[in-house]
Amino acid sequence: MLKKIIDWLDERLHLDGLLEPFRHKTVPTHKLSCWYFFGGITLFLFLIQLLTGILLLLYYKPGANEAFESVQYIVTRVQFGWLIRSIHSWSANLMVFTAVAHMFSVLFLKAYRKPRELTWITGMLLLFLVMGFGFSGYLLPWNQLAFFATTVGTQMAGQVPLIGQPILIFLRGGPEVTGATLTRFFGFHVAVLPGLVFVLIAIHLFFVQRQGMSVPPKVEKEWEQNPSLRREMKFFPNFALREMMAWYVAIGALGVLAALFPWDLGVKADPFGAAAAGIKPEWYFLFMYQTLKFIPAHIGFIDGEVLGIMGCGVVALLWMLLPFFDRERAGGKKSWMTGIGIFALVYVIVFTVYGYVAK
Amino acid sequence: MCSENVVNPEPVRRGLIGLFLGGGLLATFASFIYPVLRYFVPPQVADLGVDEVVAAKVGDLKPNASAIFRFGSKPGLLILDADGETYHAVSASCTHLGCTVQYKGDAKEIWCPCHNGVYNMNGANVSGPPPRPLQKFNVHVRGDQIFVSRNTEA
Repeated sequence: MLKKIIDWLDERLHLDGLLEPFRHKTVPTHKLSCWYFFGGITLFLFLIQLLTGILLLLYYKPGANEAFESVQYIVTRVQFGWLIRSIHSWSANLMVFTAVAHMFSVLFLKAYRKPRELTWITGMLLLFLVMGFGFSGYLLPWNQLAFFATTVGTQMAGQVPLIGQPILIFLRGGPEVTGATLTRFFGFHVAVLPGLVFVLIAIHLFFVQRQGMSVPPKVEKEWEQNPSLRREMKFFPNFALREMMAWYVAIGALGVLAALFPWDLGVKADPFGAAAAGIKPEWYFLFMYQTLKFIPAHIGFIDGEVLGIMGCGVVALLWMLLPFFDRERAGGKKSWMTGIGIFALVYVIVFTVYGYVAK
Repeated sequence: MCSENVVNPEPVRRGLIGLFLGGGLLATFASFIYPVLRYFVPPQVADLGVDEVVAAKVGDLKPNASAIFRFGSKPGLLILDADGETYHAVSASCTHLGCTVQYKGDAKEIWCPCHNGVYNMNGANVSGPPPRPLQKFNVHVRGDQIFVSRNTEA
């Protein structure tokens, strides 16, 4: 029966040709193959975000007078509402983690090199969008922590010379963080960012599909010297099934975290209340937060904060253009890219932990 | 066809047509994008021109304690000195990144918990990242009401 339907469709639409590339797609098999899974897991977590996000939309109400109450309603009154919200929050955090892990694995396995520069750039743009999702979604429950996180975050954008103030007004929907900001962030979170992410994911996956999987240079060299070592597995069904297993593990981890550690709601935002002691941003912004804390109030004649924010922007831009700085030649000197990668990873870990324990 | 009969149209004319076409498309695009860009900018909320507010009543505050009050759309911080008589009023928006500051009675300083910025009782930035002092307001006690005002001549 199913075959009949497929044949019927195939006769009219020639689906066979569309699926053809997947039949030939292979995945290199070597001792570092496990790192190939992280992109897929990130995609899976994004799908979970999409589904739980749609579920939350059924009850969530944007607006300074309703947002907090509606989330409270979701987690206290709606059946399994606490679970859906908790999964949405945990999955968001795990997604940031797996996206960053994916980024560093691509860096260390040197998968960003020619011809995959554009895949790296689209990946970095996706990572920035994920952070945008995190930042905009954080405000939506309209609690005190989120209120000040948004105040600080948008104020940081406002520090950029010349265009800072217009950006601040655009983000906040006015000079202060108010209900207008909440409405805007809601729009970004559920419409603007998903639209952009869909387009970029499609391009990113198209590039990956078109170029095939990258083999790390070290492995490639071994294979060239001894072609009998070369191993590949079919993408479908061999790799796809393994990926499914990874997804299954991910959903298990997610369920455990969401059920055992339900996400806190906090107290409702009060624009005229003092910021609570010990207030900190989410863990994935901690390293930046801790870095900015070390910059003095003034460096020469400019505000330290302005310099710090501009510095972060420049580093992010350079990081995105990283493939174009890797000028390693076969047999030449060792690339310094691995060194940079290790430095960045250690820096991020140390400053994240420091930011977490520091007063 | 028609095009075969045309012998080398004058490049000037072609360029002019290109200019009209391109210019027209550009103008059309501009007429789309301009309203959208303007739409992004929220309408100005009439600042009610608040220059003076009643921050609290005499007796609301204990000595060496503070309260946050609304000054227009921004928070202000009113502190009663340990002597029980002198009031200090400053803007409660940290000059660093805009968090709302609080008064720490034990250290007699104003503290911003977001990035550990410290000001003295008069709002002068003492340590941490704040680049500027907090805006200082005037305090007058009339009857049992504490009025806070800002200098309008500036």
